[in-house]
Amino acid sequence: MAEQDDSTRVGAYAHPERLVSTTWLADHLGDEGLVVVESDEDVLLYETGHIPGAVKVDWHTDLNDPVNRDYIDGAGFAELFGRLGITRDSTLVVYGDKNNWWAAYALWVFTLFGHADVRLLDGGRAKWIAEDRPLTRDATERTATDYPVVERDDSTIRAFREDVLEHLGSPLIDVRSPLEYAGERTTAPEYPEESALRAGHIPTAQNVPWAKAAAENGTFRSRTELEAIYQDGAGLTPGDSVIAYCRIGERSSHTWFVLTHLLGYSDVRNYDGSWTEWGSSVRVPIVKGEQPGQVPATLVG
Amino acid sequence: MTTPLDEIREEFLAVEPRERLLLLLEYSDDLPPLPARFGDSPELLERVPECQSPVFVKAEVEDGVVHVHAKAPAEAPTTRGFASVLAHGLDGLTLEQALATPDDFPDTLGLTAAVSPLRLRGMSGMLARIKRQLREASAA
Repeated sequence: MAEQDDSTRVGAYAHPERLVSTTWLADHLGDEGLVVVESDEDVLLYETGHIPGAVKVDWHTDLNDPVNRDYIDGAGFAELFGRLGITRDSTLVVYGDKNNWWAAYALWVFTLFGHADVRLLDGGRAKWIAEDRPLTRDATERTATDYPVVERDDSTIRAFREDVLEHLGSPLIDVRSPLEYAGERTTAPEYPEESALRAGHIPTAQNVPWAKAAAENGTFRSRTELEAIYQDGAGLTPGDSVIAYCRIGERSSHTWFVLTHLLGYSDVRNYDGSWTEWGSSVRVPIVKGEQPGQVPATLVG
Repeated sequence: MTTPLDEIREEFLAVEPRERLLLLLEYSDDLPPLPARFGDSPELLERVPECQSPVFVKAEVEDGVVHVHAKAPAEAPTTRGFASVLAHGLDGLTLEQALATPDDFPDTLGLTAAVSPLRLRGMSGMLARIKRQLREASAA
């Protein structure tokens, strides 16, 4: 396991070992046991130039099962990580575009398979580039490994539709844009409208757009600022059981990371079916408008 | 007769699926710059909302010959590659040839597995808008 980033910047978080700075990464590139993983929205962005030695994981073509709407299974994951030259005890530093939106998603999926040492590069690809740090188009060559087949654990950090129905009445965080939350749109502004048949949000969900957790330079806000957003603003209390969702579970992975690793909540689940499932499901309650709304009396357990 | 678009398709299908992504990167690097006149009037270009990134296209017909211009950010290389394929493939065709491009052309490049159908939808949106602009230009 690679050493930790001890800079005071990350020190105040609940689990500072989950974050590394660009400076730390630059100093540790090439370290034994450290593998840098890039994960972006655009499937070709890595090829235009990546951190030297980084490997690529694409959320769509690598992590999703091509047939079922689900993630790859333990054998598929072992094949992927084996091909990338990752061992079970590798330290993974994950980074990507759009404030680590897709990097956090990949990190969350890696966690489903119990890969222990996963960290995000604070500030992501944009900060690395803004600091004029090196990028290369050279293909990364790593010796393939024999990564063990470990089945996914969907029970602790992943929520399904049925779990959300049972959870109604406990804290839900909707991390989509205000327009999606209010039911004006089914996808983020600037994104194509697709998939969901109904618009709105899950009753009682608080709207905290995911990007609020990021500062202007793309790094995460300080712990105090994050507490103000999620606790003072959205009413969460440490110890709460929380489910976060968005459109397909990618933006809410980012919020899952913030609540779990930066604020130290121990029971946070990501509902990856998210709005594309809820908004098309028959007979589930939906609230439109800016207010969280109430759980329908018939569903109060 | 074969058109430049057919040749580009053959070029993609001739290489392994993983190599196709790198070929798309070459197209992305090679998107022709916009003529200077668009710099002064960006409203002449049409936004393609089917793409997740800000992409703009403009198709014109001059003396019966089609010209396609596009603008896409370097941070969105896939979309930029799609725009470049269409710009290179359609530029110089006659109006009839360009309008005869099958709507499913993006799905025939062998990129579905490497890029994902969701992302290819952006390219279909671009092609549909280019053809509509060409029809409007020819009716005017």
